[in-house]
Amino acid sequence: MDFSYTIFIPLIPLALFLILGIFSKKIPPSISGWLGSLGLGTSFALSLYTAYHYYLEGKLNGVYQTFTYKSTWLIFSDKLHIDMGVLIDPISVMMLVVVSTISFMVHLYSRGYMKGDDGYTRFFAYLALFSFSMFGLVLATNLFQMYIFWELVGASSFLLIGYYYTKPSAVAAAKKAFIVTRFADLGFLIGILLISYYSGTFDFSEINNPEGYVITSWASTSFMGLSVMTWGLILIFMGGAGKSAMLPFHIWLPDAMEGPTPVSALIHAATMVVAGVYLVARLFPAFSFVENGFALEVVAYVGAISSLVAAIIALTQNDIKRVLAFSTMSQIGYMMLALGVSKYEGHEGLGYMASMFHLFTHAMFKALLFLGAGSVIHAVHSNYLKDMGGLRKYMPVTHITFLIAALSISGVPFFAGFFSKDEILAAAYEHNMLIYISSVFVAGLTAFYMFRLYFGIFWGKEKQYEHTPHESPMSMKIPLFFLAFMSIAAGYIHFSDYITADRKPFSAHLNYSLAAIATTVGLIGILLAYIFYKKENNLADKFSQAFGAFYKWTYHKFYFDEIYLFVTKKIIFGIVASTVAWFDKYIVDASMVGIGNVTVSFSSKIKGMQSGKFQDYAMAFVGGGVVLAMVVFYIWIN
Amino acid sequence: MIEGISIYEILTLTSILFFIGTYGFFTRENLITVLMSIELILNASAVNFVVINTYLYPDFLQGAIFSIFIIALAAAETALAIAIIINLYKIVYSVEVKDTETMKY
Amino acid sequence: MEATLFYILAAFIVIFAIAAVTSRKILRAVIYLLFVLISISGLYFMINYNLLAAIQLTVYGGGVIVLFIFSVLLVHHVELELEKTPIKKKIIAGLLSVIGLGITLWAIFTYPFQTANTYKSIEVADVGFKLLGYEEGGFILPFEVISVLLVAVMIGAIIIAKGKKLKEN
Repeated sequence: MDFSYTIFIPLIPLALFLILGIFSKKIPPSISGWLGSLGLGTSFALSLYTAYHYYLEGKLNGVYQTFTYKSTWLIFSDKLHIDMGVLIDPISVMMLVVVSTISFMVHLYSRGYMKGDDGYTRFFAYLALFSFSMFGLVLATNLFQMYIFWELVGASSFLLIGYYYTKPSAVAAAKKAFIVTRFADLGFLIGILLISYYSGTFDFSEINNPEGYVITSWASTSFMGLSVMTWGLILIFMGGAGKSAMLPFHIWLPDAMEGPTPVSALIHAATMVVAGVYLVARLFPAFSFVENGFALEVVAYVGAISSLVAAIIALTQNDIKRVLAFSTMSQIGYMMLALGVSKYEGHEGLGYMASMFHLFTHAMFKALLFLGAGSVIHAVHSNYLKDMGGLRKYMPVTHITFLIAALSISGVPFFAGFFSKDEILAAAYEHNMLIYISSVFVAGLTAFYMFRLYFGIFWGKEKQYEHTPHESPMSMKIPLFFLAFMSIAAGYIHFSDYITADRKPFSAHLNYSLAAIATTVGLIGILLAYIFYKKENNLADKFSQAFGAFYKWTYHKFYFDEIYLFVTKKIIFGIVASTVAWFDKYIVDASMVGIGNVTVSFSSKIKGMQSGKFQDYAMAFVGGGVVLAMVVFYIWIN
Repeated sequence: MIEGISIYEILTLTSILFFIGTYGFFTRENLITVLMSIELILNASAVNFVVINTYLYPDFLQGAIFSIFIIALAAAETALAIAIIINLYKIVYSVEVKDTETMKY
Repeated sequence: MEATLFYILAAFIVIFAIAAVTSRKILRAVIYLLFVLISISGLYFMINYNLLAAIQLTVYGGGVIVLFIFSVLLVHHVELELEKTPIKKKIIAGLLSVIGLGITLWAIFTYPFQTANTYKSIEVADVGFKLLGYEEGGFILPFEVISVLLVAVMIGAIIIAKGKKLKEN
């Protein structure tokens, strides 16, 4: 069973990046668009083929096998070494399909969306770089390789968010994203170092090995009441939380919407932000067994709290991309909490399966939502809900696909989101009642804010538009069709046959009572949104005034940004950094400068010896001779 | 060989003359006077040669002959030095030592 | 009696040397130097080395001093006084010279010189034979070298003294 052709899946975008990057001035835009789409299309076809090949033939005795192709790169000691390679197992193949699909769709869409832009080729080069990094992350065989590609993904996200580099807000947003995720990656790195130091390996198969050091001997070293391995896993999760915009590292995601909309669709909806979920899923056996899943509880609670907070904030935002950003954060919270409540064996691993299922379906409909929002923003030249209304007459295709995606995310039956969200709720119900109740509430809120958006854009009173909004060209509609199809059809894949925690397929059935509860909550949300937003009225305003101060807090995203800025500026910069800076400037620098000054003054005093007066030289000569003579005679006498 | 005078006294005399010459070399401000101090030094050493020859080794003549050469050399050197000083005078219009300090730091 | 003469000559030498070195009028310094040289020549006469005494008088007194006087007249306003040297320089130079003198005298006085008691005056004929002697201990080579040196010095002095004019030609 040879899967070594999968190495081409990341290499094609890498080649694209190098070519488009180096020759960006010489390649005309139309060619770069075609080239990018062709390359990613090839990767897409290859990943589909890999999936077909793997899921149908990758089992041995009913357990999905792992195939690794790697070569040793850096050797630290005879046991500790970093490899570079390709790892094929159920979740990596699934992620390959997700990433390549969304990337391909975004490439096709961007050909039309970014037309006329100055940096067209640069955009496609960055997209290719991002795709390469994401593929590399997904196919990583060990922690360090994943960390390398993790940072590469962060760097390409920085480049893409700051694509409109002449806009100060975009530059600030790119910096913020990079710094916040970098800060979280500090935890990631410390976690990697801890785990590799104590277990002697970076390799995933070693760390996840049920007979390996991590799972059998986690209790051997402990620190402050928890095993060192647990600390390592929690720190690694901190890195994942940063990338996936979980509380408290979520502040970068709303600002990252400054980037072009295809970028938001690709990176901040479907692929990069799920890297944290993928990380936890990749290390799931370790998370599950070390300290009996303590780290997994942390994951679950962080995910649940993030999803709740994000859903509440999304209710009040006026910028449609911000609403979608918080919606993404909320859904990723779902994925995290599903992983967090999951156990390992068979049906107990329902949460794992549900999380991966939701990752798949969410990628489809969230990307669709973003692409549709992109068309709308392009048509009315504004991001804000107040400037939109009644667009269903002008943009029918966008309207229908947006509706399909909104129904899917709200968990309406027969759409893909219903199936995946239901599995998550079933897993939560079986293991943690508090999280279950919170998740049901969030499902209701999701439906509400999503349809608030839908009705606000496509129904309601028409605003004054500068020029009549028009539908996108056909090239931009094809991705919308495909993603809308997937937003319905993806739900019917029997995920539990393919992706499970212990690699053995199990059969998952729909729990009809839970499904009914979830569906009801979703329909209530849609109904409330209908009442509030379909026609123009001020019910929403009266309702928000009733909440008073709480509404204001929510509108300002619970002041997280302000609190962080206060801590960094006043406390860290003001107290710690300024003291250290004073020390550096007046003591360290001064001593260095002082050494220089001492040398200079000393030399200016003794440079008088080179006076140019030969009599002085003669005096020195005779003086030296006299001294020598005295020394010689002294020795001669004694 | 002078009756009644030991070698020590003559050697003392020449040493004094030598160091007077070096004092003059260090102190004088005019190039020609510096040359004169050099003459004193050279003369002191010539006397030294002759004295040691006649007091310690009267059968040999090396010291005596060498002092002839010293005198010849001193005269030649003085001539050349004066030529150089005249040349310098044509350029700098001064024979003061303080005007020859161009090789300063 | 010879001792007395020696002491007088020694006194002349020292006093006139100090005067030559410290005088502020340049022509007087040259004349003091002349007196020193004549006294040294007297010293040579006392040792019975008549040739060298004569050479001293001729070469120095008749050649070098004349040269000095001409150059002084060439570059100087003779009546101008020379500048005073700063005290600091004098003290350091004086100190250095005195210390040097001290060491030299100490070296001399601690060494047991063995004076030979024979007496021999140095004749011109001896000197002449030695100067032109080919046998071992003969000074023919330095003699020739000195003559070459004198020729070189003459030519060099002419060239240097001509200076720019030579270059233009």
